[in-house]
Amino acid sequence: MRALDRKLVRDLVRLRGQVVTIALVVAAGISAWVCLRSTYESLLATRDADYASGRFGHVFCRLVRAPARVEAELSRIEGVERVYPRLVERGLLPLASSPEPAVAEVVSLPIEGEAPLNHVHVVSGRLPHPGRGDEVLLLEAFASRQGIGLGSRLSWVLEGRRRVCTVVGIAVSPEYVFATTEGALEAEGRSAVLWMARDALAAATDKAGVFDDVVLQLGPHASERAVIAEVDRRLAPYGGRGAFGRSRQPSNALIDGELVQLRAFSTVAPLLFLAVAAFLVHLVLGRLVNLQRGQVAALKALGYRDREVAQHYLALVSVVVSLGAVIGVASGAWLGRGMLALYLEFFRFSEVRERLSAPVVLVGVLGSLGAALVGAGQTVRRIAALPPAEAMRPEAPTEYRLSWFSAGPLGRLVPTSGRMVLRELERHPIRACLSSFGIALGIAVVIVGWFGRDALEALIAHQFERSMREDLEVRFLGPRPARVVRTFGAMPGVLRAEGGREVPGRVRSGARVRDVRVVGHPAGATLRALLDADGAPVRVPSGGALLTGKLAEVLGVSVGDVVELELVEGAHPVRWVSVTGAVEEPYGLALHLTTHDLDVLLREQHRVTSVWLRVDPWALGAVRRRLATLPGVFSVTRRTALVAHFRAQTGRTMGTTTFVLTLFAAVIAAGVVYNHARVALSLRARDLASLRVLGFTRGEISSVLLGELSVHGLLAIPIGAWLGARFAQAVLATVDAERYRLSASVSRSTYAFAITVTLAAGLFSALLVRRRLDRLDLLAVLKARE
Amino acid sequence: MLEGRGLTKVYRMGEVEVHALRGVDLALREGEFTVLVGASGSGKSTLLNILGGLDVPSGGQLLHRGRPLTHAGEAERTRFRRDHVGFVFQFYNLIPSLTARENVQLVTDIARDPMEAREALEMVGLGARMDHFPSQLSGGEQQRVAIARAVAKRPEILLCDEPTGALDVKTGIVVLEVLETVHATLGTTTCIITHNAPIASLADRVITLSDGRIEREVRNAERARARDLKW
Repeated sequence: MRALDRKLVRDLVRLRGQVVTIALVVAAGISAWVCLRSTYESLLATRDADYASGRFGHVFCRLVRAPARVEAELSRIEGVERVYPRLVERGLLPLASSPEPAVAEVVSLPIEGEAPLNHVHVVSGRLPHPGRGDEVLLLEAFASRQGIGLGSRLSWVLEGRRRVCTVVGIAVSPEYVFATTEGALEAEGRSAVLWMARDALAAATDKAGVFDDVVLQLGPHASERAVIAEVDRRLAPYGGRGAFGRSRQPSNALIDGELVQLRAFSTVAPLLFLAVAAFLVHLVLGRLVNLQRGQVAALKALGYRDREVAQHYLALVSVVVSLGAVIGVASGAWLGRGMLALYLEFFRFSEVRERLSAPVVLVGVLGSLGAALVGAGQTVRRIAALPPAEAMRPEAPTEYRLSWFSAGPLGRLVPTSGRMVLRELERHPIRACLSSFGIALGIAVVIVGWFGRDALEALIAHQFERSMREDLEVRFLGPRPARVVRTFGAMPGVLRAEGGREVPGRVRSGARVRDVRVVGHPAGATLRALLDADGAPVRVPSGGALLTGKLAEVLGVSVGDVVELELVEGAHPVRWVSVTGAVEEPYGLALHLTTHDLDVLLREQHRVTSVWLRVDPWALGAVRRRLATLPGVFSVTRRTALVAHFRAQTGRTMGTTTFVLTLFAAVIAAGVVYNHARVALSLRARDLASLRVLGFTRGEISSVLLGELSVHGLLAIPIGAWLGARFAQAVLATVDAERYRLSASVSRSTYAFAITVTLAAGLFSALLVRRRLDRLDLLAVLKARE
Repeated sequence: MLEGRGLTKVYRMGEVEVHALRGVDLALREGEFTVLVGASGSGKSTLLNILGGLDVPSGGQLLHRGRPLTHAGEAERTRFRRDHVGFVFQFYNLIPSLTARENVQLVTDIARDPMEAREALEMVGLGARMDHFPSQLSGGEQQRVAIARAVAKRPEILLCDEPTGALDVKTGIVVLEVLETVHATLGTTTCIITHNAPIASLADRVITLSDGRIEREVRNAERARARDLKW
């Protein structure tokens, strides 16, 4: 082993504290990246594989009923490769655990062979036999949540008739990866899917020879929009209820939403971490190398070439980064597997594809290594450029000058140690700024890790607290006469009832088109508030429409403009409506009208699709039970349950993401502060030892160093808070704003948390440094320059 | 063998220009033992650093065996140091994380025809303490390691900057004895700078520097022995 290599090994051992902490900073950056990125890629790969093997359709449409021959008509549409007509019915499944029954979707299975699209993958048991109306397949997610096993008997209600059947198989399907049915966001655990042989279901619903639901597969170059328009046109005579693509398919839309969020938090945030870790390693290793200035000079005097000296230090850096990379990749992969498992609790796929792609690992490792090498390389080059004779002399005492502050009357009040701190800051402002910036990055990454919770809470406050004010929302299977609102309002315990109408629509402005929800609000409505950008309630005007702010933006329209609105229901009327304002909504795109205006556009009698109720708390249970048994009711949702469910589902995955990010952010912050303190100690050891020799106490010299560190920490707080807020915006900028609009406002508690974590790391490092100061060997420090 | 003609060196210290050398003509001859004396600030170290290729002159010429080194780049100067020059510094400049033997190996690893590290250390009387780290050695011992490190490559020229400056008399004499032995055994052209006048009696030739100029040059009729020195 060459002597220089031995020096490398010894240096690594001697600097082990710093080596380990810097490696951990690198590891934290890489781990966050690998963990979140591999979770995202695994989930994406799993979904894509599941959709491909399960032949998940591209376009879906429900209708009242159409004869079998319409299938051929649909398959002639340009771009359509395959058509799968089937029956999908809505039933209710009473539950022991809740007053409301579960919402059941009953899907037909071909009598022979596999379904051509939207396969059903039987996990256990078998398919129901043809003609057997008493045999069903049950969705795995629902079965496991409700503890229903093979052979269990289920009692359920279809078209008002109670039926009893046996569970002969448990299944998953790409169509129900997330167990939810149309319009039933809250119904996780209460969304059941049953599959039954087609002939049996047709017999039960009197739909022999017809279909009421169709799934289409498109060719690779087909235009989804064109196919949807054509399907709508051809199914209109059969009561087509508006075809839609995967983006509006309930289960897929939910997975997509999660993927969108996960992508935002798995790309920008960890890349930011990687960059921050790399920058810090750059800074810290640069300073570490700088401390060996005398050794570099000695090596050069002995005849070592610049290249050899540089290689020696770059090897040191490479070892540190490689150590970090190994820890980072291993822990990231392990944590990624854990996070994927968490998602798989909500999303049931037929098979799971775990991904840890080489590019992800390479970006993490090479990114860190590159930045660290550049950082150390710059310092090595700077030192190597010094003539060895100069580098070997102790650094000339820096020129200090009396500033206006130290010279003034205020300065005289400051004790000597305080003045030393001040002069150091005055003299080395760039060094102080870089140190503060390093600590500020620590604070900023903690904010990025944690603010996801703020975004979630802001969404909950906006949507579930300020906008939704009802206690219960009742949705119907189809539009109901408006008198039902009065009926509900007259129920004992109901304080107020308001009915609304929702219709799928399509808005055009010039060449720009968007699919939207068209929502009709009753005059004088109080239970559903629309809010403007400042959170103030906005009344729905008569004779005009309010647009989601984002919708107005993408269409390029403002107040006073006119847009074309196609209502995707009935005869698909196309009307012109004028824009009278914009409202802020956290997800989706919508157009809001008064129910009266909507009725006029539809040329229909007043009908409602949902009723919002304010209920006396004492009567809530009784009202829920009563509503659940009414015919035509599709779902009854408690607002509080909806919030709880939202928190449980999105909150859990988001919570895990933020926990992982925050953990790593804390490691990064601690690593920075510790190394910063150690380097500061090395830089000042000589001065401090001199002070000790002059008779200063340990406490006094500690106050000089710790005072300097505290000033850096204090300067870092505003910078870190500002940077954190900017980083948060950068993370959210990657979320598809047409689907989700999360608020990037960082809460005070998040700021406080980030600052506390970072400063706690600082305090801990300071104590470690203080311990070293107490053991400072006065003579050795004064004699040797190393 | 190594010749400086009209060497000048100007440093900038803040707003002041310091003329460290003001035109020095000097030649080191093969096998000669030279001592450069002068008060602190007379320009000795600057001259030595320039002679050894550690620093570049502001003006004048430097020739090694007739080959000009004045405008040599960093790479060429590094090669010159690596192949021809051994350095001993006042503060030893050992690498603290390497043992005595390993410090010497730093040089034997890169030299063209080095001696064994053990041989070099035995020559300076440290055969028994080869595996000690610098922090486990006394100042005199550390300086002897530095000498072993400098001579292990069998340099043509050995340049020593105040080699006894950080040592007490007794230890200083031991170090000078080592230098004497090295010179006698290897015949290395040796140049020592010192502000310590008695050391001058060891030399074949004594050059006195003052204020960046050569004040006088004296040839000793007879060289004293290190062990007879007193200061």
